[in-house]
Amino acid sequence: MKRTQLKQNQSTLLERIHIDGWLLIGLLVLMVVGLYTLYSASGQDMGQMERQFTRLGIAMGVMFVMAQVPPMAYRRLSTYAYIAGLLMLIAVLLFGDVGKGAQRWLDLKFVRFQPSELMKLAVPMMVAWYISKFTLPPKLMQIGIGFALVIVPTILIAKQPDLGTSLLIASSGIFAIFLAGMSWKLIGFVAALAGGFTPIMWFFLMQDYQKQRVTTFLNPESDPLGSGYHIIQSQIAIGSGGLEGKGWLQGTQSQLEFLPERHTDFIFAVFSEEFGLVGVLALLAIYLFIIIRGLIIANRAQDAYSKLLAGSITLTFFVYVFVNMGMVSGLLPVVGVPLPLVSFGGTSMVTLMAGFGILMAIGTQKRFLSR
Amino acid sequence: MARKRQAIRDHSAEANLFARRAVVSLLIVIAMLGIVVSNLYVLQVEKHDAYQTRSNGNRIKVLPIAPNRGLIYDRNGILLAENRPVFSLEIIPEEVDDLEATLDSLTTLMGITPEERENFQKTYRGQRRFKPITLRTQLSEQEVALFSAQQHHYDGVSVEARLSRYYPYGETLTHVLGYVAKINKKDLQKLVEAGQEANYAATYDIGKLGVEKYHEEELHGQVGYQQVEVNSQGRIIRTLSIDPPVPGKDIVLNIDLALQLAAKKSLNGQRGTVVVSSPQTGGVLAMYSSPSYDPNLFVHGISSKNYSALLNSPDRPLINRATQGQYPPASTIKPLLGLVGLEDGVITPKTTINDTGRYRLPNVKHVWRDWKKWGHGKVNVVRAVMQSCDTFYYDLAYKLGIDRISESMSEFGFGEYTGVDLYEESDANMPSRGWKRARFNQPWYIGDTIPVGIGQSYWTATPIQLNQAINTLINHGERYVPQIIMGFMGDQGEVIEEPLKTWRPIAVKEKKNWDLMLDAMHKVNHDEEGTGRRSFSDAPYQSGGKSGTAQLFSVAQNESYKEEEVSEHLRDNAMYVAFAPFEQPEVSVAVVVENAGGGSSNAAPVARQVIDFFFRERDFMDPDYVPPEQQGQEVGQ
Repeated sequence: MKRTQLKQNQSTLLERIHIDGWLLIGLLVLMVVGLYTLYSASGQDMGQMERQFTRLGIAMGVMFVMAQVPPMAYRRLSTYAYIAGLLMLIAVLLFGDVGKGAQRWLDLKFVRFQPSELMKLAVPMMVAWYISKFTLPPKLMQIGIGFALVIVPTILIAKQPDLGTSLLIASSGIFAIFLAGMSWKLIGFVAALAGGFTPIMWFFLMQDYQKQRVTTFLNPESDPLGSGYHIIQSQIAIGSGGLEGKGWLQGTQSQLEFLPERHTDFIFAVFSEEFGLVGVLALLAIYLFIIIRGLIIANRAQDAYSKLLAGSITLTFFVYVFVNMGMVSGLLPVVGVPLPLVSFGGTSMVTLMAGFGILMAIGTQKRFLSR
Repeated sequence: MARKRQAIRDHSAEANLFARRAVVSLLIVIAMLGIVVSNLYVLQVEKHDAYQTRSNGNRIKVLPIAPNRGLIYDRNGILLAENRPVFSLEIIPEEVDDLEATLDSLTTLMGITPEERENFQKTYRGQRRFKPITLRTQLSEQEVALFSAQQHHYDGVSVEARLSRYYPYGETLTHVLGYVAKINKKDLQKLVEAGQEANYAATYDIGKLGVEKYHEEELHGQVGYQQVEVNSQGRIIRTLSIDPPVPGKDIVLNIDLALQLAAKKSLNGQRGTVVVSSPQTGGVLAMYSSPSYDPNLFVHGISSKNYSALLNSPDRPLINRATQGQYPPASTIKPLLGLVGLEDGVITPKTTINDTGRYRLPNVKHVWRDWKKWGHGKVNVVRAVMQSCDTFYYDLAYKLGIDRISESMSEFGFGEYTGVDLYEESDANMPSRGWKRARFNQPWYIGDTIPVGIGQSYWTATPIQLNQAINTLINHGERYVPQIIMGFMGDQGEVIEEPLKTWRPIAVKEKKNWDLMLDAMHKVNHDEEGTGRRSFSDAPYQSGGKSGTAQLFSVAQNESYKEEEVSEHLRDNAMYVAFAPFEQPEVSVAVVVENAGGGSSNAAPVARQVIDFFFRERDFMDPDYVPPEQQGQEVGQ
């Protein structure tokens, strides 16, 4: 009794500001590693370092603010966020700004905004809200509606086209359904259905540049100076790094600019080249630590909505890591997914940290919930 | 669990279900990370060596380094062809953001001409990526300074220095040294055929003419290599290792620059040529062909205007008259034909004819006339050489016949390449029955033989052939190949001489026949009846010589040649061959002055000046002596 009391006193400060200490440590360590890697990958560009540092600060702020909101409020917000996001996605397709050959931005006069980023959180919130209205495991009808809630925004984003984000959004919704206890039989059925859906996607939904990415992925050496160049140079960078790496700032593939997009999507290749397999294992350990902590928070959450949302956010974070490492090392086709908290880039980082804010809110604001 | 209307929530069952799913998720996460790690293991451990090699292949480039071209010295160690740093303004178009704007800006800064810009664009179109293209070469120091101060405004533009050939004596040695110029497609093809492509990987220029071309292989040297680290744009970051090039060999020529300058001066701007050689070795001491031109014009690419001016000049400066000029040898060959007559026994020293100034063959209407209208009277072979009697030689040619003349003169090198170390050589023409049949599909007529006796008709010779033939006479049949190059410079500055090259000697029947003809040549210069006496009788040394006056214009049978009535390009060529000292000759000269008139009055003074200059430092030379034909000029100057 006395011990419990003591422990409660110890954690008072972090709990009072609704911050999960373990998660915070994991994220901070990752950010430090990310900044070191970016310093090398950007070619010691202090301007980029400053901008990344600012973004990390903003993202931390967003996380802190999000952590203060009671989980019940998120639950109530779910439907509104989802509907607003859906409307904005339609608006983007109708009159969005074109950036880098894809329509992603919505110009709201005072700020340019990517509705797909909102949907990264709105979709798992909506699915979790819907599924948790009923008892778990969900029934076939509820699963069907849950999938519909996922597929509509996924297709709208894929149309922009933004394959990476649509993939992340689809997985976030599906994770919620999976964690809710969708039966294994049904999972097998859906997997088979998805397999059947692949050709339809190939012929009707995918843009030419997306198809090219897939063919390049299957055989990068067929066009070593064209579409295969990215992945070949990336594999050379990773492979030449070897077990121990060439050392920080010593990666020839990255420092001599053979590696394209080295400070954004391909920053993992820079890391692998300079720190080797040993460094990669350490990096993976940090990611795994964060994921495990996220799953623990999800498991400890007291209502179904919080569990599903927290689990979904955590597993989606893993999808970032897996897809990015997979594409950079040639396991997966190149889709634009950054290495979370390491790649240079703004919006997705803020969304990620907002997600961790929700996770912390769920993890630290249990007391208001009755069992 | 489920009821018809509403399920009662079993929180603990739901929590257990979620917990199981969370654990399954974690296991899947770990399994998928396992896939990532095993893939990375394959890349970073199993295939590490292969990727390491490819990574090095990306960043390490092996670049060729051009060897420094060998220098060329005269026999006294004076530098005739050197390498000088030349600064050029070069652009790597791929590194320039806005090429047109940069070119406009450079045009304002440096005064780039439209022609330079056009050349740049032309090169740019056919160029490999990331290779520098020259916008302007031979920048002056001011231009280098001007650009260097502004360089930070011009990414991708730089001033590059490289060694380039320079010929300090300009036109004086053009036909000997030749020149180097940019390697063109044809040169490249030849290099590929010779398997020398790699050796020239970094070389800009190649010998195009003269010694530069003939000794290209020795002058060029061996390419070196450096390993450099480059970035993805191909820009060199640092050098990793160097395998230095082997510079080309330095060449020492037999040419004496001072003598060459004297030869040039002696021609005094007239069209013609002077060849000076050493009879003892065949070494070419001077070889000047006039008019000449500045070889430096060609090194950095001659402008088309300048080139067409040279190409279309009626004075034909581009040809080397000494080795390519085909002149009727005229009377200069009289000592040689006389020798053949004596050796063959066709004539003896006592054989005489009575020259009336006209020569006729039995039953032939044509009359061959002597240059002296009323004839030389009674002449033997020595007098015929000394006074250059044509009639004696008409008769000798008739007696020898074309077959014997052609055969024996070929032995002296007429109609054959002398083997001088220049590719610019003509074999000229020694006529024969076979030649005429092949050339004109006509039989040889006896009338064709008669003018061959005085070195006319179809007979042509180059001045170097003439000089070589006289050397053969001096050497009693020993024949040397004229050599411009003496040898190569050794490490300690000593000359490693090339071995003397010889042709098969001419068999001597009677040495006294050779001496008699040499003696006749001595009389030409020193006897009071000799044709060269006015130029040589007062020389402080004894010498031999022979004049020649080559007719380029056939005078009708009943007319005589009047110089002023004939257009300049058809006037007689003045020729002279000479050697000295008479005993133990050290120098021999062949002179041609085109369209100048008689050889003894127009070419002999040139030969005298050159020989005088050759002996300039000898005791017997009077330092105050001024050749008579220069006296007027000296006073005037």
